[in-house]
Amino acid sequence: MHSPLAIEASGLVKTFGSVRAVDGVDLAVRSGSVYGVLGPNGAGKTTTIRMLATLLRPDSGSARVLGHDIVDEATAVRGLVSLTGQLASVDEDLSGRENLVLIGRLLGLKRPQAKARAEELLDAFGLADAAGRLVKHYSGGMRRRLDIAASIVVTPDLMFLDEPTTGLDPRSRNQVWDIIRTFAAGGTTILLCTQYLDEADQLADGIAVIDHGKVIAEGTPGQLKASVGSGALHVRLLDPEQRPEAERVLTRELGAVHLEPDPAALSASCADSDRAAEAVAELARSNVGIAAFSLGQPSLDEVFLALTGHPAEEEPSDEDFDSDEEQAA
Amino acid sequence: MSTPPRTTARPTPAAEEAALRKALSSTPRPPRASALSAALTFGWRGMLKVKHVPEQLLDVTITPVMFVVMFTYIFGGAIAGSTGAYLDYFLPGVLVMSVLFTTVYSGVALNTDLTRGVVDRFRSLPIWRPAPLVGALLGDSVRYLVAGTVIVVLGVILGFRPSAGVSGVIAALALVVVFAFGLSWVFTTLGLLMRSPNAVMNAGFMGIFPLTFLSNVFVEPDTLPSALEAFVNANPISVLATASRGLMEGDASGGDIAIVLATAAALTAVFAPLTTRLYRSRA
Repeated sequence: MHSPLAIEASGLVKTFGSVRAVDGVDLAVRSGSVYGVLGPNGAGKTTTIRMLATLLRPDSGSARVLGHDIVDEATAVRGLVSLTGQLASVDEDLSGRENLVLIGRLLGLKRPQAKARAEELLDAFGLADAAGRLVKHYSGGMRRRLDIAASIVVTPDLMFLDEPTTGLDPRSRNQVWDIIRTFAAGGTTILLCTQYLDEADQLADGIAVIDHGKVIAEGTPGQLKASVGSGALHVRLLDPEQRPEAERVLTRELGAVHLEPDPAALSASCADSDRAAEAVAELARSNVGIAAFSLGQPSLDEVFLALTGHPAEEEPSDEDFDSDEEQAA
Repeated sequence: MSTPPRTTARPTPAAEEAALRKALSSTPRPPRASALSAALTFGWRGMLKVKHVPEQLLDVTITPVMFVVMFTYIFGGAIAGSTGAYLDYFLPGVLVMSVLFTTVYSGVALNTDLTRGVVDRFRSLPIWRPAPLVGALLGDSVRYLVAGTVIVVLGVILGFRPSAGVSGVIAALALVVVFAFGLSWVFTTLGLLMRSPNAVMNAGFMGIFPLTFLSNVFVEPDTLPSALEAFVNANPISVLATASRGLMEGDASGGDIAIVLATAAALTAVFAPLTTRLYRSRA
């Protein structure tokens, strides 16, 4: 039996050139849970996942995955985990079926078993009709589903999912979420990297927020949102000219107001719906024309603003780190 | 399992979830794939790529075909007195050339792979570490065989009649493919060091092109200035060309064959571990 912790990482550091991509990350992920690692591009999520999946060697620090050291027992770790990378980890020049048979054979299935398993997965992931087509002709959602199917050709004890829905349309995203939920319900431990708070909120039992290679907050989605304020009232005006007036009203009613890049939009953090309704009514009484309003969850931006005092700016992406690393290699 | 008629409609979420749950739970972990089986699986992957895009073989066959036709009919008479006499000399050489040119593409293909996400999956699998590389080169060996066969068949059409017959030709082909397997490790190393597939191609041909011309593939070296003649005679490509001529004509020297095999083994011994290490460390 494994220890109750599927992942125990302490002080992981990885430097590419002068960039400390991961700067002392500690993680503790319970077996059977879905753990979200949340952060903007370039925060160090991908580098962390690549170290835990034994693709990169940490410069310092250590980690045990399912009880095995990621450096000294890398092969044992590889035998138990699966990785769905940010770039789809499937072979574009092969068909969907061939991809799954290939992985099955590499994992030690006999040819007939590998073929049967491929068919089963193609059916389960809604890819049966496209099984013979080359993956380069797949849509983003199909490719992602194939990628996840390839990750479970042999049932892993732990799945690494690196931004599984980035770049997908809403329908495909929902399909992927359904798949992840099904795995989670089945007891598979999942480490999920994402830049979307709602994704982590929907799927994860625990979340670590990561920024500049460090974990800056950790907790359940509820705790995290509570630390930010439970949500925000978003208002879009009919006439951008009225925004100063609307800002005055909302500041009086709710406190801090955030002006959106859209000149007709603004938002204010707001804990409960009654006060939000009151504020909207007050806007109407002040003759401010409202095109739309909503009470939403805080965005990743707001979480970052609350936790770090700076917005989740675009930073050098993980791909840039990769090319730095090529120079180093 | 009965298969209901397939429709384009999505199954109900409940049915879908049940299928997913079943898919997730149904496969127990098999014993690990052996090194050989993993390498052969990667070789199969290489074959599939040729099956899907057979045109890629054109790249590696058209140039040698052009060389055969051009050299035989334009330069053949001037070099050897008659086109037929030149063909007998040149064909085993051009076989060597065309197969060795093909080896550059092994490096190009590896570099292309690295730009894709699939390498991450390979590297995260519990398999023999060099398997992706060894397997790719085994697959490529089949391509070398195709390139070589095209040249031989073309030669026969043009009137090439080797005295050692079919078995001699097969032996020569086999020797060339073995040497190419060794040489291709040099290009896979290059493939891991360079930044783009194009850079690999340019650097590869910059090396292999002059080396091929500075050999006895095209002309007898005894007409060359003495320093150049010494270089050409020492060039392993010359030795390989001489050995394959010998095998096709039935008068091969065992020494030449031994040198070829030793060179291939040495290249593999140096560059295969190097390639494997680079493949592991490059992200």
